[in-house]
This record gives sequence, structure tokens and C-alpha cells, in this order.
Amino acid sequence: MKRQIPLVVCFIAGIIFLLQYFTPHPWPTYLAERMLKWTIVIGFFALGLGIISLWITHLPKVMKQAPGWGYNAVSLAGFLGMVVTGLVWGKNPGTPFIWMYNNLMNPITATMFGLLAFFIASAAYRAFRVRSLLATILLVSAVVVMLGRVPIGDYFFDMLVAPLGYHGVLGAAANWLLNYPNVAAKRALNVGIGFGQAAIALKILLGIERSYLGGDK
Amino acid sequence: MSWKALAAVDRRVIFVILIAGILLPMVFPLKMPIAVTPEVQSVYDRIESLQKGDTIMMTMEYDPSTLAEMQPMTYNMLRHVFRRGAKVVAVCLFTTGVSQVEQDLKKIADENGKKYGEDYAYLGYKPYPAIVITALGQDFRNPFPKDYYGTPTDSLPVMKGIKNFSSVKLVLSVNATSGVDFWLQYGQSRFRFPLAIGMTAVMASDYYTYVQSGQLVGLIGGLKGAAEYETLMHEKDGYATRVMNIQSVVHCIVVGFILVGNIAFLMSGGKFRMGGRA
Repeated sequence: MKRQIPLVVCFIAGIIFLLQYFTPHPWPTYLAERMLKWTIVIGFFALGLGIISLWITHLPKVMKQAPGWGYNAVSLAGFLGMVVTGLVWGKNPGTPFIWMYNNLMNPITATMFGLLAFFIASAAYRAFRVRSLLATILLVSAVVVMLGRVPIGDYFFDMLVAPLGYHGVLGAAANWLLNYPNVAAKRALNVGIGFGQAAIALKILLGIERSYLGGDK
Repeated sequence: MSWKALAAVDRRVIFVILIAGILLPMVFPLKMPIAVTPEVQSVYDRIESLQKGDTIMMTMEYDPSTLAEMQPMTYNMLRHVFRRGAKVVAVCLFTTGVSQVEQDLKKIADENGKKYGEDYAYLGYKPYPAIVITALGQDFRNPFPKDYYGTPTDSLPVMKGIKNFSSVKLVLSVNATSGVDFWLQYGQSRFRFPLAIGMTAVMASDYYTYVQSGQLVGLIGGLKGAAEYETLMHEKDGYATRVMNIQSVVHCIVVGFILVGNIAFLMSGGKFRMGGRA
């Protein structure tokens, strides 16, 4: 019974969502609309679970002063700081919540993302090697796209090919790579993924795939 | 210095060269012409075709980590929409971006003398993008009975006559998250609205296929896309155009690193094989 009820709920909900795509009848649309509202409410409970999980993960480490417990403490302090300032003073401009968002979270996350450029440059220098034909094709394509997508690349390449009467060749080559080989590969992947998703959805709907229930029986 | 030593150069040397490449164009700006790609042109043309009083939905899903790329394109497109006299209904389905989006929207609206509630509205955030997008397709009021500030959505003049995606002329998604897929799969393919997307440069290559299939009106990729948009708006000294110079130099440096790294690799005994994996 513990397994049958979720399977029945999943089947009925799935059929309602599926039907609204294939029939103009107002009932499936009405039901789907109702269920979407429920789903948003259920979603908030899932957020609550996430918060509980955060505390369960970090708090014991802080209490036991496990190795690296300072990081766990900072996570919890950050969470509490944002929640308390948001609840007490609100989220309008000029409040402590927005101050913390702009002056703590903003520079921290921007710095993390900014550092990527340095690691990419270092990795490109060390790992991007012409070891094989495929690696060479990848490297040449990357160089063409990287230079063709910035004005300086087109500018200098134009200086080279201008005597031959060509203009904007590198940019056009970069666009060609993005619009043809890239799209062809991506579309093939997408079609495969689409069929896979449809098959999995059908298996879940019919109760064949049950791993989401927490087991494989 | 031997080739082997060059191949294994200290990463701090690479970092210093990169920092120099970032700082120099700030001090000595380059003025390079920016070529406009058809994907950006079509987004511009669609916004240019908006009439006074038209409404668009703008989904702004980015946070401070991707601000450098996303903010310039957001500003440019918002300015363009407001200058056309169109109205904006905005949402943010990305938790950490909610406050950032509110500030960006307000900044450009104030700059263009637009009034909250009449010319634009910010509905805010709800979790689970796929579900929210499907619910928006029924009625914007279903997931957002109140706006970001707690005002009932129905009481906002800008929402008059706006029910769902069929009431807006365009859905413009400025998106640095996997939420782009949700807008395509659960939004555009289900409700058939015109969708244009602005995204980070690294994401852009994944979405050209949707431009070709007609599911996307066009796409704006990263800072380059934002700079192209500025070119179309005749803003010769716009922020994205200026910063694009820095990105130009950094791209050249990274390409230079790749070339030097490979020369050092081959000269220090590295082998090229016809077969093998990439």
C-alpha cells in the first residue's frame, strides 16, 4: 500500500498534465491549473526541508568542532544573518538585507566567477594540446571562435586578408562554426535526449521506473 | 629557458600576464568596430517593432556571479524597450538574483522616467521554474497573486488586460541559469510565444539550434552580444563596448598561451598522433 498509493497519485497527476496538451476540453486544463498551484505550495515545503538539511549537516560539525568547523559556522551565520535581517527590516532598498546582498554576497560571488578566467588561462596553457587529430580540430575551432567573437581578432585578421579582397572572414568563420557543426552536433544530442526523456517519463507514469520512491523494487 | 621549462611555467606568471592584459586596455582603450551578428540583429528588430503601450514579459535570471556579462545586456534591452514606450512585466525565477534584478529594473526605469505599476511591474520570485512557467501560461496571477512588494497583482494598472503569455508581444529572458531550458521546453514549446534570450557567452553555443528551428527570435551571447546591441543602439561609448576591448585582449592572451603551450609541448618531445581521442 505504501508503494501503490504514490504510484496511483503519480499516474493520475501525469495523465492530467499529459491530457491538457492533447485536448482543448476545459477540464484537464482546469485540473492541471489547480495541481500547479498545489505544486508551488508543496515546493515551499521542499525549501523548508532544504533548510533543515542545511542545519543537520552543519550544526553537528560546529558543536563537535570537527576539522574545518569554522566554514560550517560561517555558512550558518550567513544563513541566519540574511534571514534575520530580511525578516526584521524587510528587503527594500536601504535595508540591512540589501546592504548585505550588495556588499557581501555580490563581491564574493563575483570574485569566485572572476577567478575562473585565471584558471581557464592556466588550464588552456597546460592541457590544450595537439596530441591527436581530434584534439587539433578542437583546438583550431576554439581559436577561431575565441578570436572571431572579439573585435580585435577580426580587425587583425582583416589586415592580413584585406589585400586579397576579403573582409570579416574570421567573424564569419566563427559564426559558421557555431551555426553549422555546433548546431548539427547539438541537435543530434537533443533529439537523443528527447527520446530518452519521453521513454523515462512513460516508464514513471506506468510505474515501471520506481526509483524515485526510494528503492528499485 | 628550455622548452620543457616553458611548458611547465609557473601559473603565477600566467596570472600576472593576464592581469596586465586586463589592466592595459583600461588605461589605453582600443576602439575596435563591432560586427553585428544576425542573432542579435533579430532581437533588436523585434524590440524595435514594439509599439507604444505594448507589453513584454522579461524574465531576469542572473545573480552577482554573472553580473559582468548579464547586466550590460539587461540595461541595453530594457532601455530599448522603455524608449519604444512599451511596458514590462518582470519576474526572476532564480533565488540569489531576486534583489539584484529588482535594483537593475528600478535603475533603468528611473533613468527613463518610468513609473512602477503603470509602466512596469516586478512580480518577484517563486520556486521551481518549470512549474511557475507552466502556471504563468495559464494566468500570471496564478503563481504571482501579489507582486514583489506585496501589492495585489490585479491592482497594478500595467496588468490591466494582461492574462498570460498570449497577452504579451515578447518574452525576453536574460538568463544565466539552466532555466533557459525551462523557458524553451515548458514555456515556448507549450504556449508558442515569441521568445528571445540573452545569456552568458559560454552558454550561447548550446542555443543556436533553437534560433534555427524558429523557437527563439534571436539570442544575445555574453558581453559581445551586449556590445553588438549597443552598436545597434548607436551607443558608441557604451559600457559593453568599452569592456569588450578588455575581453578582446584577454582572448588574444589566452590564444597566445595555447599556441606557446603547444609549441613548447611539441619542441620538448610531445608527440602528435593521427588517432586517439580529443
